[in-house]
Amino acid sequence: MHLEYQVFEADFVNAGAASSSIKKTLKQLNVNPQIVKRVVVALYEAEVNAIAHAYGGMIYADIEADKIIVKVVDKGPGIPDIEWAMQEGNSTASPEVRNMGFGAGMGLPNIRKNVDRLDVQSTVGVGTTVEMEVHF
Amino acid sequence: MDKTPFFHALTIDQETCIGCSHCMKACPTEALRVRNGKAILQPDRCIDCGNCFKVCPTKSIYIKQDDFDDIFNYACRVALVPSVFMGQFPNDITVSRIYQILKEIGFTYIIETEATVPIYTEAKNRYAAEHPDIRPLISTYCPAIVRLIQVKFPGLTDNLIPIKAPIDLTAMYIRRKLEKEDWNPEDIGIFYITPCAAKIAAVKTPVGEDKSLVDGVINMDSLYNRVFKRIKEQGHGFKEQKLPVSQLSADGVLTALTNGERRLSNAKHSYSIDEIHNVIEFLEKVENDEVENVDFLELRACDQSCPGGILTCDNRFMMCERIFARARKIAERERNGEQTKDHEIEAERNFLARNVKVGEIKPRSMLVLDEDITQALAKMQRINQLRAKLPQRDCGVCGAPTCDALARDIVMGEAELSDCIFLKNKD
Repeated sequence: MHLEYQVFEADFVNAGAASSSIKKTLKQLNVNPQIVKRVVVALYEAEVNAIAHAYGGMIYADIEADKIIVKVVDKGPGIPDIEWAMQEGNSTASPEVRNMGFGAGMGLPNIRKNVDRLDVQSTVGVGTTVEMEVHF
Repeated sequence: MDKTPFFHALTIDQETCIGCSHCMKACPTEALRVRNGKAILQPDRCIDCGNCFKVCPTKSIYIKQDDFDDIFNYACRVALVPSVFMGQFPNDITVSRIYQILKEIGFTYIIETEATVPIYTEAKNRYAAEHPDIRPLISTYCPAIVRLIQVKFPGLTDNLIPIKAPIDLTAMYIRRKLEKEDWNPEDIGIFYITPCAAKIAAVKTPVGEDKSLVDGVINMDSLYNRVFKRIKEQGHGFKEQKLPVSQLSADGVLTALTNGERRLSNAKHSYSIDEIHNVIEFLEKVENDEVENVDFLELRACDQSCPGGILTCDNRFMMCERIFARARKIAERERNGEQTKDHEIEAERNFLARNVKVGEIKPRSMLVLDEDITQALAKMQRINQLRAKLPQRDCGVCGAPTCDALARDIVMGEAELSDCIFLKNKD
């Protein structure tokens, strides 16, 4: 099953809408609650990333009988050093974003902790694609 | 997943129901449908919160209770009374007078449910200290909340604190005390006076327990009538003889109110939330891990907690104020040393602490479309296709609360597309 969601830059009010919708779907599919939780936590982080650090983007989710693959494609600015960004505490977030409780540098590391596969591709000036996979 | 059927205290009188769908719209778990002009309850989804009962215009939803005369099947008849009961009466009716009347109408022993609150609180705080990995911990005080989590938030069942609520702890205590006083176990009948339907359901099919510790349930409104009738009969100039009342602590009296547990919790960060929709909104966030660093949640299904129960007999805010006033008086006596801990209960502290745990509380999700994920996916695709066809006006004429619920019902074989009046008119 294929699901799509659009996310907008700085739309903090709706942060979590896509993860909530996917959560609702997985619960109906009888996916183990602990696995649902991992998907939701990882996706929420990725969703907030696209809202807080990028200029918005799209979320594509594909659910199959044994796994979910979620792709979060944002519209830039891109991550210059992915390896650096994957380390806990590293963040380029502006003070404004940090004041809202985001941008602690825990986003990507937290995603990695919760998924079975994580693939981050980024081109500065173009955007970042975060692809994650969780097995049921 | 837990498969034992839920007992429901809420029953719909099929004779008088006019199929108006008020109840269906009010149900927070979409447990009601209107079929052939009558409301029916889907037992797996109902959590006995009682919202339907409140909105029924023809009073067709009623709450089953045990016959009052059942108490006379026992030689030793215990009334297990929540402190909320006392909060229904005007200030000039003393607690001791209510105790006396309860005895006059047939009970031989009165104990307030919250008598074991000090032990309950300690057990919860100990559980929290022993399980630092489970956060937030969620109180199991309100049985409607326990069921809500089982059916709608199955991923949070591990967060429920598996500790007996004061009703069970106090029932356990009183039975032991009476048996020690040489009562034959079969002669002891413990009757709980309930402010809501959820407590009845919890007594009849306890979650995480094999057997209830309570022998029967009497609805608070019917007992209120009996007691009030007696007060009227006794008239204005009535001189009461002071009866010794239980040593209920101020903390105990307040437990049934919102914040009653939270104020006694050791948790650093906690919330107390009442009213079922508020609770659902918050649990959605908790489930998404959007609420960080929360240690404890006190959740209650009714507005203002137990005074808002559907079987209480006065305005819930006025009841709260009376309960506060009683707690203030007790607190003053406690400060002056005029009232100390209930020594008899304290003597049983170790026994109660040993038996305070309940068994595993299992999820029983109402949301699952099929146990098999491939089948579930197919059903969901079909639901999505149907959803696109339906008008999304959620008018309820089809007998389902929303268009989405109808789509689901159709796929589950419980309804037909022709039930939709908009699509029917198009043909």
